[in-house]
Amino acid sequence: MQDSLQSSYRQLEQKSKYTNIFLRWFLYLVLILFASYFIFPLYVMIVTSLKTMEEIRQGTLLTWPSSLNFDSWAVAWGGRGYGAGDTFLKPYFWNSIKMVVPAVFFSTFIGAMAGYVLTKWRFKGDKWVFLFLLFGCFIPYQAILLPMARTLGVLGISNSVIGLVLVHTVYGIPFTTLFFRNFYVSVPTELVKAARIDGAGFFKIFFKILLPISAPIIVVTVIWQFTQIWNDFLFGSTFSFGEAAPIQVALNNMVLSSTSVKEYNVDMASAIIAGIPTLIVYVLAGKYFIRGLTSGAVKG
Amino acid sequence: MAFFLIKKKVLTMFKWLEKNLPKIVMAPAVGLIGWFVYGFVLWTLYISFTNSKILPKYELWGFGQYEKLWASRKWLISVDNLLIFTALFLVFCIVIGIILAIFLDQKIRSEGLLRTIYLYPMALSFIVTGTAWKWILNPTLGIQKLFIDWGFENFTFDWLVNREMAIYTIVIAGVWQSAGFVMALFLAGLRSVEDEIVKAAKIDGAGIFTVYWKILLPMMRPVFFTSFVILVHISIKSYDLIVALTQGGPGISTTMPALYMTQTAFHKSQVGLSAASAMMMFMAVAAVIIPYLYSELRRENAR
Repeated sequence: MQDSLQSSYRQLEQKSKYTNIFLRWFLYLVLILFASYFIFPLYVMIVTSLKTMEEIRQGTLLTWPSSLNFDSWAVAWGGRGYGAGDTFLKPYFWNSIKMVVPAVFFSTFIGAMAGYVLTKWRFKGDKWVFLFLLFGCFIPYQAILLPMARTLGVLGISNSVIGLVLVHTVYGIPFTTLFFRNFYVSVPTELVKAARIDGAGFFKIFFKILLPISAPIIVVTVIWQFTQIWNDFLFGSTFSFGEAAPIQVALNNMVLSSTSVKEYNVDMASAIIAGIPTLIVYVLAGKYFIRGLTSGAVKG
Repeated sequence: MAFFLIKKKVLTMFKWLEKNLPKIVMAPAVGLIGWFVYGFVLWTLYISFTNSKILPKYELWGFGQYEKLWASRKWLISVDNLLIFTALFLVFCIVIGIILAIFLDQKIRSEGLLRTIYLYPMALSFIVTGTAWKWILNPTLGIQKLFIDWGFENFTFDWLVNREMAIYTIVIAGVWQSAGFVMALFLAGLRSVEDEIVKAAKIDGAGIFTVYWKILLPMMRPVFFTSFVILVHISIKSYDLIVALTQGGPGISTTMPALYMTQTAFHKSQVGLSAASAMMMFMAVAAVIIPYLYSELRRENAR
């Protein structure tokens, strides 16, 4: 009796072991299938950018290039050197950098200050002020495009990098405030109170107590703002054209410009160049990227 | 004497400054958002009630622009497209996101690598990924050729240039871009559940499927809600992807509200009409966001 019970138990265990093994294989299979679906476009982009047009016409999306040919990368970055009508990414890449660096700096700074006040120097109605700012994360920008275009015109900075810096700084503030506010909320207020009793002022408390522990949230905010601004197309394409355009706009123009022959390899090289900065940041600091995405996630 | 008075005045001014410093520091953020968000939205609202063409006019004209908008075939198509896109985008992103999150939650080897792969599209712009998908989906050299070379000789895949199907290519690219994001949200949600709950259920004899279906997924309600809000928000605003993939074509078959708005404003110079379409978008977003913010705030107050 005892024996048979034990053996049936063992049988059951054996059986569940097999189902388990089967389940795990199934698990990995699904995960790998999805991984290939996600990696597929990136693979196609890289491979295509290394092929010649001849190879592209003969092979398929997946065919490996016969040799590592970086010509289309050179064309995408620096053009062919025949002057008029020769669009390439280099100047626009620099436009984007000139736009991103100040815009990220200003929006992060203003957001840090706002988050600091909203949590450590609370005043009557501060919750409403936060809500007032937070709503700015969600507005569809179409509702502000027309007046913004006019305002930039009045200020004389339409179609300029400075104009885009202003736009990105302003519309970044709701996000940066949200990040810093949520971070500073968890910093014990006793620290600040003690410092106040010791006679430390508003700025001293910020720079001596909060700023030194803010490194993680600064990284999250900077990465978030950098990715958003670098990848922006709506503002770039509405408020700038020609020489002041940021890289995403230039990429789109390059791909759409209908020259006689469509050069997919140059298109793909251009797309990779436009995507590489954010991709590098993502690979190096993915943890912070995801934190920004999930904690303050309100925008796509 | 006079010097003393001035000194006193300066001192009280400093006192005032010190007392109000936090508010002064707060002022730029509030002022900028007040002007550039609320002021601008109100301006757009006002303009939507005027008969503005190339330049804004300020005499009120009533609801004429809204009547024109809802009588426009192009706008109706773009609203239809938005509904189709939003429905499919939501369902696929959430289903794929949940599957990936649950599967990754099973103590998978190289989970970090897989997560990185699922989420990297979020780091790229819609213009970059749209360019890639346009090349992949193009009927001559893209996917179609791949399958023909694999031996499926009659395989056709021309959705990108097919009026009826082009909208679904935007769904494909959109889901590819955002599903990993939903996965990240759900994975964070699943990881925050205490082990004890799962263990207790297992001791009571619940299988792994029951644990997820009956216990964990119902616990993820806030995550569902957040994903829903964010995805709807993304889809109402979707603009870049359409520009990169189809430019609203073939014809106007893949137009969406955001594209309609910018085209009406900046190519057709119908400022009043485009302001009306922008306000429709604004109201659609507000209808989703305000309940969300309200519930978030209540949750925070309850803590």
